[in-house]
Amino acid sequence: MRFPTHTAPLPEAENSVRRVMTLVLLALLPGTMVATWLLGWGVLINVLLAIVTGLLAEAAMLKIRTRPVRPAITDGSVIVLAWIFALCLPNLGPWWLPVFGAIFAVVVAKQLYGGLGFNLFNPAMVGYVVLLISFPEPMTRWGPAIDVSGAALNFTQSLAWSLNGILPSGVGYDGLSVATPLDHVREQLTAGATIHNATASLFNGSTLLQSWNLWLSVAFFVGGLFMLWRGVIRWQIPIAVITGVLVMSGFLWLLDSTKHASPVFHLLTGATIFGAFFVATDPVTASTTPRGRLIFGFGIGVITVLIRSFGSYPDGVAFAVLLMNLCVPLIDYYTQPKVFGHKQAGKAR
Amino acid sequence: MSDVSYRELTVQGLWKNNPGLVQILGMCPMMAISNTVVNAMGLALATMLTMVVSNGLASAIRHWVRPEVRLPVFVMVVASVVTIIELLMNAYLNTLYHVLGIFLPLIVTNCIVIARVEGFAARNRVLPSLYDGLMMGMGFGLVLVTLGVIREILGFGTLLANAQQLFGPMATNWTLHILPDQAHFLLAILPPGAFMALAVLIALKQGFEQRRAVRLTQKSNIKVAVVASPAQ
Repeated sequence: MRFPTHTAPLPEAENSVRRVMTLVLLALLPGTMVATWLLGWGVLINVLLAIVTGLLAEAAMLKIRTRPVRPAITDGSVIVLAWIFALCLPNLGPWWLPVFGAIFAVVVAKQLYGGLGFNLFNPAMVGYVVLLISFPEPMTRWGPAIDVSGAALNFTQSLAWSLNGILPSGVGYDGLSVATPLDHVREQLTAGATIHNATASLFNGSTLLQSWNLWLSVAFFVGGLFMLWRGVIRWQIPIAVITGVLVMSGFLWLLDSTKHASPVFHLLTGATIFGAFFVATDPVTASTTPRGRLIFGFGIGVITVLIRSFGSYPDGVAFAVLLMNLCVPLIDYYTQPKVFGHKQAGKAR
Repeated sequence: MSDVSYRELTVQGLWKNNPGLVQILGMCPMMAISNTVVNAMGLALATMLTMVVSNGLASAIRHWVRPEVRLPVFVMVVASVVTIIELLMNAYLNTLYHVLGIFLPLIVTNCIVIARVEGFAARNRVLPSLYDGLMMGMGFGLVLVTLGVIREILGFGTLLANAQQLFGPMATNWTLHILPDQAHFLLAILPPGAFMALAVLIALKQGFEQRRAVRLTQKSNIKVAVVASPAQ
């Protein structure tokens, strides 16, 4: 006979993988909706393609590895991975970008390392970086939902463009695509413009587009706050990433404000907010100790700004996350909290 | 080890103790130069030649070298051989010489050369030593060329591009275009691609060996522990 064991008011374990993943998906919704509103249907097409291929790749790999397929598919971790990955992709890119990247992320970055919980690097960022390095040209195909001349692609037209590269008559690719803010500022700076002129000339003064990154950042910030509120993520990593970005960009800005963008610009453009709340906080690849999380996040912020200012790519969040992923074992080793009654961890021999 | 079986030397060099896949020696040139087939072939031939000649020389002088100074002496021998090959390639394969660049003189420091000289030639007769150098060099070269094939097809979409650098003017039109221009996977020709491709090759070899061990076990009904160690 079995006796129920819960006599005292014991707290129930609340966080199953599935619950956490569902909450993350909910938190991604505002950002995804704003991205679709600003950038068009291409965003949703990317997300759908990435999720479907991600799930298929996961199932195939688990089958090959003779592991149970159903629990890994239904816990939502692949969906979150593929979704976060797809949000990094250019909205006017061809269909094989999300497909190839999702396969690489799931097969190489996740399953070859042992599946959920064993991967060393953030799979979504690995998928994105592989695409960025391997296919530089398609990875620049960004463009707003409504361009300067008022042309806009509906869902079927976006799908046709993604799958076959066919645009409706009268719409040119050059009219649709624009440089992202970080791209634009970088080009202008390389051409010798001051940072003031470079930011002022963003998108020919179109206010909606100027605030493109602002709206996205706000939407992802709302999603991030939701995750904080529901206890999906801790405050240390996002705060540390943002602090790192502000400190490093502030330092450079004070050093020479004609060559370096302001801290506010760095905070609200590119993937800073998205990365701080959704990418860096991946529970598997981030640091696990409270102090370690602060170091991990701060490092991501600093490296991001350094890559943006001195590297050869316009944004550096993905590279920064991967670099700091490498440091996680070391950080965790040196930041183990002291166990009550013991001396400093690591020193007691 | 006075009487060595040539069959065993062949199996050891090409498969069981392959320098690239099992000993995992000489990684640096293997990663750096395997981005096209022709580069890989050039370096593979140079390395193989170095190994054969230096193995033979080291074996020939092994009785006159005191054990205390054998390593410096062997390094001198290898360095001389590499210098000769380098000068020859500069004279007759000049473009390839410039493509291979620093990695040609660096064959001196390739661990696999000194490993075979010290591990085999220093205690065996000349003929088996020459043969061991040939087989080990070929095993290294085969992995190098396989990597070159994989990386060139994925990264450039071609095969045997610039073959004239190695085979002379008659090879100008040997280039095969396998993938369309759109589908070049640039990562394959960058350093991470080399590591991934080599890792896949090592995994394939290990998987093959493991399966064969399992099959053999089932056949003879003897329990053999299947050990998959990357380097022995």
